[in-house]
Amino acid sequence: MSDAAISKAAPEEAPVDVPPRPALYKSLWSRYTSTSPIVVAAYALFLGLVFGAIIIIVTTPAVLDAWREIFRHWDGLPHAINVSFDNVGAAYRAIFTGSIIDPQGFWHSLTTGKNWPNTLTPLSETLTYATPLLIVSIGVGIAFQTGLFNIGANGQAVIGGIAGTAIGSMIRLPTVIHLPMALVGGILGGMFCGLVPGLLKAYTGAHEVIVTLMFNYVTYAFLLYAVLSTPFQQPGQQNDIGRTLYSSAILAPLFGTKSGLRVSYGVFVAAAVVVFAWWLLDRSSLGFDFRVTGANPSAARASGISAKSVIVLVFLISGGLAGLAGFVQVASTTHYIDGGFLIGNAGIGFTAITVALLGRNRPVGIVWASLLFAALSVGGRNMQAATGIPLDLATVIQSAVVLFVATPILVKEIFHLKGTGQAATLQIATTGWGT
Amino acid sequence: MQLELRGITKRFGSLTANDHISLTVEPGQIHSLLGENGAGKSTLMNVLFGLLSPDEGEIVIDGVVTPIHDSGEAVRRGIGMVHQHFMLVPVFTVTENVVLGFEPTKSLDRVDYKRATQEIRELSQRFRLEVDPEATVENLPVGIQQRVEIIKALSHDAELLILDEPTAVLTPQEIDALMEIMRSLAAAGKSILFITHKLKEVKEIADVITVIRLGKVVGTAEPSMSEGELASMMVGRSVNLTVEKSAYTPGENVLEIRDLVVLDDRGLVAVDGVSLDVKEGEVLAVAGVQGNGQTEFVEAIVGMRHVESGTITLRGVDITNLSPREALDAGLGHIPEDRQRDGLVLSMSVADNLVLNTPRRAPFARRGTRNFAAVNENATRLVHDFDIRTSSIFAPASSLSGGNQQKVIVARELSRPLEFLVASQPTRGLDVGSIEYVHRQIVEYRNRGNGALIVSSELDEVYALGDRIAVMYEGKISGIVDPSISRESIGLLMAGSSMAAAGV
Repeated sequence: MSDAAISKAAPEEAPVDVPPRPALYKSLWSRYTSTSPIVVAAYALFLGLVFGAIIIIVTTPAVLDAWREIFRHWDGLPHAINVSFDNVGAAYRAIFTGSIIDPQGFWHSLTTGKNWPNTLTPLSETLTYATPLLIVSIGVGIAFQTGLFNIGANGQAVIGGIAGTAIGSMIRLPTVIHLPMALVGGILGGMFCGLVPGLLKAYTGAHEVIVTLMFNYVTYAFLLYAVLSTPFQQPGQQNDIGRTLYSSAILAPLFGTKSGLRVSYGVFVAAAVVVFAWWLLDRSSLGFDFRVTGANPSAARASGISAKSVIVLVFLISGGLAGLAGFVQVASTTHYIDGGFLIGNAGIGFTAITVALLGRNRPVGIVWASLLFAALSVGGRNMQAATGIPLDLATVIQSAVVLFVATPILVKEIFHLKGTGQAATLQIATTGWGT
Repeated sequence: MQLELRGITKRFGSLTANDHISLTVEPGQIHSLLGENGAGKSTLMNVLFGLLSPDEGEIVIDGVVTPIHDSGEAVRRGIGMVHQHFMLVPVFTVTENVVLGFEPTKSLDRVDYKRATQEIRELSQRFRLEVDPEATVENLPVGIQQRVEIIKALSHDAELLILDEPTAVLTPQEIDALMEIMRSLAAAGKSILFITHKLKEVKEIADVITVIRLGKVVGTAEPSMSEGELASMMVGRSVNLTVEKSAYTPGENVLEIRDLVVLDDRGLVAVDGVSLDVKEGEVLAVAGVQGNGQTEFVEAIVGMRHVESGTITLRGVDITNLSPREALDAGLGHIPEDRQRDGLVLSMSVADNLVLNTPRRAPFARRGTRNFAAVNENATRLVHDFDIRTSSIFAPASSLSGGNQQKVIVARELSRPLEFLVASQPTRGLDVGSIEYVHRQIVEYRNRGNGALIVSSELDEVYALGDRIAVMYEGKISGIVDPSISRESIGLLMAGSSMAAAGV
C-alpha cells in the first residue's frame, strides 16, 4: 500500500474535532478557570493570604476579645467583623507599604519631587533581599530540573560568601579586577562545596539529599572557625566577625551611598544569572541533557548522556550559583561576615528550595517567586513594627502559598478549575528522593 | 452464563471510548473481541468488570439487567478476569494465592489449606489445568502462572472468564496449551471473552468474533474469514500482512559477536557465550521467550551493559564495552525494548524526542546552543516522512498513541547515519497498522544493504522479518535456522530442545 493511501486514512483513524470558536467572554472565563501554572500560583497566593488572615484573627488579642463579646450579646457581631477586617487590613497594608511602596508617600514625592529615597526604600529593600535569594534559587531550580535535590545550597552559599569575602578583604586590587575576582571566588567556593556531594553521588551513589544536608553543618563549623581565626577574623576583634570588604570589592548601591537605598549592582548580577539559566535550560544542549536526565534517567542513559558527568556538572553549577549568591549577600549588604551568616531565618539556601518550587524551577518563575518571598519578608518586618503582629506571620503566608502551589489539585478543587494539567515540574522536583 | 451488553457507551471528556457497543456471549461460547490498541477493548472490559461505570447502556446477565458497580460485585455475579499482568504473590504457593482474600477457615480462624488444596486439585483436574497446588508461584513458568489466575477466577465460581491479551507472554507451546484449556472450559459451559489483537489465535479458537474500531462495533466476523479480511475490518483499510522483501543477498559480515558473556542485574550469567554474525543486507531475528537473556544481550551490544568476556565488532572495529554515547557515535541504531522507559522522554515534545540522542550533532546545535530552526525542521520532515500522527511537533510524546510513539523512535534512529540497527521487541503492544509500518521500515532499511538484529518474542514478527532466525534459550543460542522451518520446531528450540530434538 502506498504512503498516499495511508495518509488519506489519517482523518479516519484520528478524528480531529475542531470546536467552534468560543465567545470572547467565554475564552476569558476559561482562561481564569484553567489550570495554567500562573493562575494556580495566583490562586495559591490568594489562599495563602486568606490563611494568614485567619491566623491574624485567631491570634490577635483585640480581635479575639471582640469575638468573645458576641457570646455576651450577638449585637457585637458587626463590631467583631469590623475589628477583624481592621486588623487584617492593617497587617496586610503594612506588608504592602513596607515592601513595595506607600501610596501616600509616593503621591507626596510625585507632587513635590521631594523625599524620593524614603519613598523608594521599601522597594529597594525588597530588591536587596530578593537578589541573592533569586540567584541561589535558580541554582536549586536547575538541580531540580535535573531530578537532583540540592539541600546544601545554604552551606554552599556560606562557603561562597567566605571565599569571596576573603578575596575581597584580604588583598587589595583595583575595582575592575577586584570585584570580578571576588565574584568568581564566591562561585568557586560554592562550586567546591557542591562538587563533593556531586562526586559522591556520581561515583558512589551516595544520596545527595543526605550528603548535602550534612554538608551544611560542616560549613557552619567552618564558618565559625573562619570568623574566629587569624587571617580572616576582623583585626583587633575577639568576636566572631570577619574582615570587611575593601570598597573595591563591594557591590555598590545603584543610586550612590548618599541616597541611603541599599539596592546594589547585585541586581545586574542576578539578571545575568537569569539570562544564563534561561540559556542553559532552554537553549543549550547541555541543559537539554540535564532536563532529559531529570525527566527520564533511563532514556538519558540510552541516549548516550553520561549520568555521572551530568550529576557533577549540575552540582558545580548549582553550587556555583549558591556561592555567588552568598557573596552577593555580603557584598551588597553588610560587607563582612559574622558567625550568624545565613543562619536561621536568614538561611536563603533553604528558602530557595521553596522559591524554586513556587517558580516551578523556571528562571522567570523564580524571578517572580523570589520577589514575592522577599516582599513578604521585608513587608513582614514593617508589619511587626506597625501592628505588633509577629514577623513569623510572613513565614506562615509564604509556607501556605507554597503548600497550595505544591498541591494544585487542592487549589483546583477549591476554585473548581478545569483541566487535568498536572504539576509536572513538581513531580520532577520530588523524584530526588526516589532515585 | 449468558451475557449481553446493550448499547454500552463510555465517554472521557470529548472522547467516546465506547460508542453504543452491543454484543452477546452465549454459555459455552468463546467470544473474541478483536481490535487495535486504543479501539476501546480495555474500556469495555473495565465497564463489564465494574471498574468504570457506563454513561449509557446496560449489562444483562441471563436475561436480567444487572448494573455492576465494582469488581467485587462482578466477581459475585460470576465474572472472572485474568489480567494481562498477573496479580500473584511470587513467594506464595498456588493455594495461598488462590485463597488470598477468601480464605476458607476451620476452628480458631485457621486457614484450611487442606480443603483449599483439595478444591484446587479438583478444579485443576476437571479443566485439565495441571497445576500443582503446593508449588511456589515464582518457580512456575509464565504459562502455569496464568493458569493459577484462571483457577483463582474459577474458584470464585466464575461463569464468564475475561482473558485480556492472554497470549502476549507465552511460548507457542504454552499458547497451544492455553487454547486447549479454553476449549475444555467452554465445553464445561463456561463463557469466555477473549481479548486480543492477534488474528491467528482468533481464527483458531473463537466461535464468534466481534471486531471493534474507534469505540464502535464494526461487525461480527466468522473465524473462517481470512486474516487479511479480519485485519482490514480491524484497521478499517486493507492491510499488508506480509512485508515484501527483496531477494536475500547477504554481503560481508557487519556485526560479529564472539563468546559474549553478560551478567544480569543480580550478577547472574544472562548471556552465556553467544556467538553470531549479521551480514549486510540481512535481518537476523533473535527469537525466544522473554527473559532468556535477550534484554541483556541487546544492552551489551549498545553499550548499556558491561560485557564480562567475549568481543563485539562492527565492520572489524572492536566495539566491546563502549559507553552508550560511543556506541551511538559508532553508528549503532537502537530501538529499545521498553520505549517509554528507554526510548522517549514522555514529558518532552515530539521535536525534542526526535533529536534525543543527537542534540549536539550539526545542525541541531552550534557551539553548545541548540538550533531550534533545525530541530523543528527535522521534526516536521520526520513527522511527515514517517507518518507520525501528532497534533503538533511541540506536543508532548505522552500525547501520542503507542504506535506513534514507536514511530518517533524508529524515525529518530533510521534518520541518522547508521552502520547497524538493533531493535528489541520493535512492535510490542502495537496495533496491526503500526506493526505493518514498522516492519516495512526495517525491511526497507535491510533492502538498502544494511544489517539489522531484531529481537522479538513474537513468532509472527520473527518470520516476517528474519532472513535467518537465531533462537535464544537460557542465555545461549540454541540454534540458528532458516525461516523455512516450521513454527513447531522453533517453538521447541525456544523451550530449550536441542537442534536435533527439534527436528532441524
